[in-house]
Amino acid sequence: MSTMVISQFSIPFLMGNSLNAWSDALAGFYLFGLPLGLVIIAAIPLVFIALYSLTYGVYGERKISAFMQDRLGPMEVGKWGILQTIADILKLLQKEDIVPASADKFLFVVGPGILFVGSFLAFAVLPFSPAFIGASLNVGLFFAIGIVAIEVVGILAAGWGSNNKWSLYGAVRSVAQIVSYEIPAAIALLCGAMMAGTLDMQKINILQSGSYGFAHFFLFHSPIAWLPFLIYFIASLAEVNRAPFDIPEAESELVAGYFTEYSGMKFAVIFLAEYGSMFMVSAIISIVFLGGWNSPLPNIGSVALNDWTNGPVWGAFWIITKGFFFIFVQMWLRWTLPRLRVDQLMYLCWKVLTPFAFISFVLTAVWEIYRP
Amino acid sequence: MSEYFGNIKTGAVTIATGMGITLKHFFNAIHRKGDAGVDDVDYFRQVDGLCTLQYPREVIPTPANARYRLYNNIDDCIGCGQCVRACPISCIEMETIKVAPDDMAACGKTSDGQQKKFWVPVFDIDVAKCMTCGICTTVCPTECLYHTPVADFSEFDRSNMLYHFGNLTRLETEAKRQKLAEIQTKALAEKEKKAAEARLEKKD
Repeated sequence: MSTMVISQFSIPFLMGNSLNAWSDALAGFYLFGLPLGLVIIAAIPLVFIALYSLTYGVYGERKISAFMQDRLGPMEVGKWGILQTIADILKLLQKEDIVPASADKFLFVVGPGILFVGSFLAFAVLPFSPAFIGASLNVGLFFAIGIVAIEVVGILAAGWGSNNKWSLYGAVRSVAQIVSYEIPAAIALLCGAMMAGTLDMQKINILQSGSYGFAHFFLFHSPIAWLPFLIYFIASLAEVNRAPFDIPEAESELVAGYFTEYSGMKFAVIFLAEYGSMFMVSAIISIVFLGGWNSPLPNIGSVALNDWTNGPVWGAFWIITKGFFFIFVQMWLRWTLPRLRVDQLMYLCWKVLTPFAFISFVLTAVWEIYRP
Repeated sequence: MSEYFGNIKTGAVTIATGMGITLKHFFNAIHRKGDAGVDDVDYFRQVDGLCTLQYPREVIPTPANARYRLYNNIDDCIGCGQCVRACPISCIEMETIKVAPDDMAACGKTSDGQQKKFWVPVFDIDVAKCMTCGICTTVCPTECLYHTPVADFSEFDRSNMLYHFGNLTRLETEAKRQKLAEIQTKALAEKEKKAAEARLEKKD
């Protein structure tokens, strides 16, 4: 295992290229005695979520779904409809901010906020680059798994506060689903943590770097590693309420599930939270199993592809690319599979994923102890 | 237990198959679905590719013998009013003026040489009402009333759906009416004169 290999072949930045250099430099940046750098660190993932959900999230998903169904998707606003999302946002901004008369005003207003904060908090421990991480916690992975559970509170607040039967059904389903699927998801991630021997996100990434590129990734670390990878991917779909596990929304049964009563900017915030958590789980799966910001390209003799494509800027490119790839797979699954029934959902979680997660947990442990 | 693993296997295989199908469609979205007709050999082979038609800019051409919007070739219309009587929903409105004997040449003949005996100042078809049943076209003796292949004639204002085919302006209509009235009064006067003469002759 190579340690602290940060390539020097990247573009030199004033802040330096060493581990967490950018975020450390930003954290030490004060203006008039105010920790402006910390605000910038927090703002970077926020801007990223907004930009990515604007482009890839909404426009990309509409186009991808259209192409999978032999349609064209948005075509009218701008060339190929590229300005469609801008038009949608203008519409959302102009909409009246309605709070139903019989809704619980406090919960109704606070719900989307908690939801977004829940998905956004996990971005604090995502290493966007070797030189950038919001908070370099030594329990980063644990924090990421744990903090996402706050989303449940937001969903329940939104569903209960709406005072609407569909919203309540959606919220109850969502809570049951997320709480159940956290078990296989956490056990699957624990396999990754076992392979790494640490919960620190940056260290997990560093442990997967090496001159053979993708061969160092934890997915190829043990003959059993594909199983927790698959389990975590399936469980993460359920955790972010994506199809085929979108029974909390279930537009054909529950109108829109827990956000039936929402409109305007509150709806936009819920949407943003969904896209935020989509990227979050995609980033976590690529960090734990696919090397995060490490380049997958190997060094072939004197053609040092791996060395050339590693570094802080390349790292940001790789982790975002990997995240986008998994988001594409999520979209791909959404437009392929029908929605699961509630009982099928629970069957899949408790009778299939959880036992297999335990099996992979034990096998990984055995592999880690007795590996050649 | 074997059922349990069987289910998992079925699930995995069917998901993989389904994802294969959607991915195939995704990559085939770079080209349009072929436009082979039903009688083409390749009709069932052109399953993949975009099938959306961006309507106002792209249209499937309607067949040459398609029967959509009603049209009246007023030059051939003899003003017989058969269509008005035949229409089940009364979407045709018609007014006619008899042609004065000295106007016959001005009124002209139909394309198959029949002398037209009526001016048709009003021939209104309400295409919003028309259900394209085609009964009016079958009863039309000169076949001047027919359905055209024009299928899209939507309007923002409902009154624009009323199509006027009359071949006289308001002034002309007025003139023709007056002329006819004069002729008729003349004829009436002549008739009365004749009748008076006849009575006189009888007396004698």
